[in-house]
Amino acid sequence: MAAGVAAWLPFARAAAIGWMPVANCPMPLAPTEKNKRQDELIILNVSGRRFQTWRTTLERYPDTLLGSTEKEFFFNEDTKEYFFDRDPEVFRCILNFYRTGKLHYPRYECISAYDEELAFYGILPEIIGDCCYEEYKDRKRENAERLMDDNDSENNQEGSMPSLSFRQTMWRAFENPHTSTLALVFYYVTGFFIAVSVITNVVETVPCGTVPGNKELSCGERYAVAFFCLDTACVMIFTVEYLLRLFAAPSRYRFIRSVMSIIDVVAIMPYYIGLVMTNNEDVSGAFVTLRVFRVFRIFKFSRHSQGLRILGYTLKSCASELGFLLFSLTMAIIIFATVMFYAEKGSSASKFTSIPASFWYTIVTMTTLGYGDMVPKTIAGKIFGSICSLSGVLVIALPVPVIVSNFSRIYHQNQRADKRRAQKKARLARIRVAKTGSSNAYLQSKRNGLLNEALELTGSTEDEQHMTKGTSLIESQHHHLLHCLEKTTGLSYLVDDPLLSVRTSTIKNHEFIDEQLFEQNCMESSMQNYPSSRSPSLSSHHGLTTSCCSRRNKKTTHLPNSSVPATRLRSMQELSTIHIQCSEQPSLTTSRSSLNMKSDDGLRPNCKTAQITTAIISIPTPPALTPEGESRPPPGSPGHSTNISSTTTSNIVKVSAL
Amino acid sequence: DAGDTDLELSAARHQPEELEKLLARTKFTKAELQALYRGFKSECPSGLVDEETFTGIYSRFFPQGDASAYAHFLFDAFDADRDGALCFQDFAVGLSALLRGTVRQRLEWAFNLYDLNKDGCVTKEEMLQVIKSIYAMLGRSTRPPPRDSAPAEHVEIFFQKMDRDGDGVVTLDEFLDTCQQ
Repeated sequence: MAAGVAAWLPFARAAAIGWMPVANCPMPLAPTEKNKRQDELIILNVSGRRFQTWRTTLERYPDTLLGSTEKEFFFNEDTKEYFFDRDPEVFRCILNFYRTGKLHYPRYECISAYDEELAFYGILPEIIGDCCYEEYKDRKRENAERLMDDNDSENNQEGSMPSLSFRQTMWRAFENPHTSTLALVFYYVTGFFIAVSVITNVVETVPCGTVPGNKELSCGERYAVAFFCLDTACVMIFTVEYLLRLFAAPSRYRFIRSVMSIIDVVAIMPYYIGLVMTNNEDVSGAFVTLRVFRVFRIFKFSRHSQGLRILGYTLKSCASELGFLLFSLTMAIIIFATVMFYAEKGSSASKFTSIPASFWYTIVTMTTLGYGDMVPKTIAGKIFGSICSLSGVLVIALPVPVIVSNFSRIYHQNQRADKRRAQKKARLARIRVAKTGSSNAYLQSKRNGLLNEALELTGSTEDEQHMTKGTSLIESQHHHLLHCLEKTTGLSYLVDDPLLSVRTSTIKNHEFIDEQLFEQNCMESSMQNYPSSRSPSLSSHHGLTTSCCSRRNKKTTHLPNSSVPATRLRSMQELSTIHIQCSEQPSLTTSRSSLNMKSDDGLRPNCKTAQITTAIISIPTPPALTPEGESRPPPGSPGHSTNISSTTTSNIVKVSAL
Repeated sequence: DAGDTDLELSAARHQPEELEKLLARTKFTKAELQALYRGFKSECPSGLVDEETFTGIYSRFFPQGDASAYAHFLFDAFDADRDGALCFQDFAVGLSALLRGTVRQRLEWAFNLYDLNKDGCVTKEEMLQVIKSIYAMLGRSTRPPPRDSAPAEHVEIFFQKMDRDGDGVVTLDEFLDTCQQ
């Protein structure tokens, strides 16, 4: 029920008292109004812009977000208002919908943004008022076409689709000559032969000199054999092409019915019919007529020219206008022909012998051709003749602009589509670069880590600093994710250096951590920025471990290089010890779901002291653990991680933030 | 004619009585009156409800049947000053009587509804008309399907009950007496 009407409901219910005196049966009990609140103002804070309205206004439409209890999810206790992190401009329209019962679509708004907002607030676009509905539908259709175009073109130009059958490849080659060189060659060859065929048809009829006997011969008769050979060659090419297309078509039935294939058939049929038929005089007349159909070969060019296709499509889409044009012309022709006939009937030796004979005059006059082979001689005839030519101009001029504008629209749409496709490639490439930035960073850091390791830590601190600079929590989490994936599958991202890839495989099961990282890990638990470590995989680990149970030191203390080798040595020892301890657990190889990724910050010795740095070995989850099993130890745990052995057994830290 | 009256109505803007005066006349609280007016005004920005609009609104509550006749009677009942349009005062006063009034007031209002020509007595024909309109509101798709004689029968029964002195009309007192039994 509409909003306004709902406001009158109490009135109608009150008026029902009028029925009581004459009621046959006792009236039912009225429904109790549960928690009848005093109407109150509620504040809706949309991205900072505050809207206020009565609660009952919103409750008019209880199946939307604002009208139901769903909005309670957005209630902000501190400010006692409902906060929505959405577009305030569109919200204005939506709130007006509640107020007035009419949903409007502002023209300046992007259609997909608007749709998203509507979907968010649970409002059906069908409710849009009549004033704006058409505009909305038009924009939506246009947008859909555009997106569909893009999707189509994307699908068409998608890279190699490896599992295409030969037939499909061929069909793709036919439809889009740019897919392969062979297709392009084929395309140009057929184009050439079409041109040759058309030209021979034309030249055949040119008079080509005389033969003794003073008979004018056309070229076709003079060089009959040559022309016949040319024709045969063309027809053979066309036949082969047609058969190939027929073979490659995904739906042969549909292909046969398509316009282009009909044109193909019509183009080559006369030749075969001519071969089959004998040189009988009776049928030779018909045979000559058939040759006319050879001119249809020129339509085969439409496969090669997009403009031609557009023209055809335009004519098809303007069918109604064309039909109207034809109809009105016919009407006018008949009227004027009749009039002219009767007007000229009286005059002697008039050419207007019958009404159909007058048709010719009318058409020639209406289209302002005016050949002059038939002219009216009487005064009445001349008057009507002039009226005829004036009206002809009008009748023809009317539907033409419609057709022209249609053609222009479709043509430009096509141009835009092509341009967009070209631009889109570049755009996509740029987007891909940006997107893979993060994974590239991962690879980069991994490579750097491995490189450093390979060089046995002769890397300088600059590298570390460089790497610790730009990575955020998001990035580290992403890195962790990638690393988890690696662990899951047992494969690892290919880093460019072949040497490194070898190394990765050998150190698959244990990575080293940057001591700096480690210390940060220990010092603070946080969700804050996390520098990527030298050991790439663990950086991602630690993104999570920090969230789980470590504390992180904000300031990064750079340990002098000298201590590095020493700590490394120690770490090596630790590595071995830990390794031993963990060897109880079977098959520590990769495996494991990424969610089980754990890092054993538990293995860390006392983190409080800044100078101790040890390598942390991350061991993939032992099989005993289930994803939800290990609820990570509370953030205080790093404090008591002194005992390595004890923590080894409980060396799973749940990655919750994954 | 209708077009002109439409224009007049849309051009006319009616402002209701002052809130204080209305408070005095009706039994609503201030907040209630405010809420009532807000709803009224948003539906009829000009401040006046003409019969057509009223019928339209009322019909929306009874989509299956034809509520126009009954809406007409209702309109007349509410339109206390008989000027062909409902203003907010009429609306509020009527509602006050219905919702907050005494039983006697409500019955008076009901009597007023039935008394189509407002002459103080309800004839059989008047009652028949009203009952017919009530049945019409229900529509034809009921179970059991309505009989055409149902309104007349209905009227008979009730008229017998109400018309004590058998003079063919029901006066206010008879009405009150019957209903309060």
